[in-house]
Amino acid sequence: MVSDDSFIELNRRVLRANDLVSGGLRERFAHAGIRVANLISAPGTGKTELVVALGELAASAGVEMAVLVGDCATDNDARRIAASCPMVRQIVTDGLCHLEASMIGEALSGFDLAEIDLLLIENVGNLVCPSDFDLGEDLKVALLSVTEGEDKPLKYPHLFSSADLVVVTKLDLAEAAGCDLGELGANIAAVNPGALVIYTSARSGDGIGQLFKVLAVGG
Amino acid sequence: MHELSIARAIVAEVESSALEEGIATIEEVRLKVGALCGVIGDSLNFCFEIAADGTVVAGAKLAIERVPVLLWCGECERAVVPENQLLFQCPECKALCADLLSGRELEIVGYSGERRCEGVPAW
Repeated sequence: MVSDDSFIELNRRVLRANDLVSGGLRERFAHAGIRVANLISAPGTGKTELVVALGELAASAGVEMAVLVGDCATDNDARRIAASCPMVRQIVTDGLCHLEASMIGEALSGFDLAEIDLLLIENVGNLVCPSDFDLGEDLKVALLSVTEGEDKPLKYPHLFSSADLVVVTKLDLAEAAGCDLGELGANIAAVNPGALVIYTSARSGDGIGQLFKVLAVGG
Repeated sequence: MHELSIARAIVAEVESSALEEGIATIEEVRLKVGALCGVIGDSLNFCFEIAADGTVVAGAKLAIERVPVLLWCGECERAVVPENQLLFQCPECKALCADLLSGRELEIVGYSGERRCEGVPAW
């Protein structure tokens, strides 16, 4: 009986299977002329409220916006978003803490991509896990609210360092929350020097126009 | 708990390769994990054991090589290792550096295993 101890070299990315699917999605999006943003934050940062405000702006600007929204349970967010953006679909992950590229492919079935200009993917509220999984987006967007502490980018550098864009939410609450916006900006720069940061309030409308422009047409 | 998804991806990649290569048992799977991946070793080991159960990968150990963060400092014009792995700052001139040279790796280097014995009847 002959046996042979071997070392097989693979040298491949662990998430290769996800990346193959997301690469295919990216091609489909580019072909259909769709801009795609992956919105990642902790639960409660105000992603859904922001998406509702962006939906109102898209409707008035004649931009066809679609939204995929991920949550562990319930379709509450999709129902909230539907009021301003009818092209919305809820992805219920049944407990999984992030979205993967294959879920995006499935959730898009039935949408006519040719009709869409801007696709927002609201990820499951989580600051760690979603940042590893490419969804075929143009922009990976990290969000945090003024109530979460100025040092949040330092505590969760994995996401904030890899984001293309950082969005600060609930700006209208900054004073009440005692948030030092200068310190917050410096902490974002410490983990992601040169990152574009947009300060927004879905309530007052501050920064929503600038954010919409960056998402829909770029810098 | 993205470690479970990562563990399942590792098992799937190694399992399909082992099938092609005719590997019957796997002893060790070698990984490169960057400091910025947010992957917890203990948690990954725990999830890997569960994900590998019932596959050709069952019983294999994970060997994790940690890859440190390496930055390019434009001021000093050289590669630097930041004092705090999670802050992108040059330890010499204290400039903030956006150019990441390494630290985000999440790769399967390879695996060691034993080939299926040829010519032995399968009873």
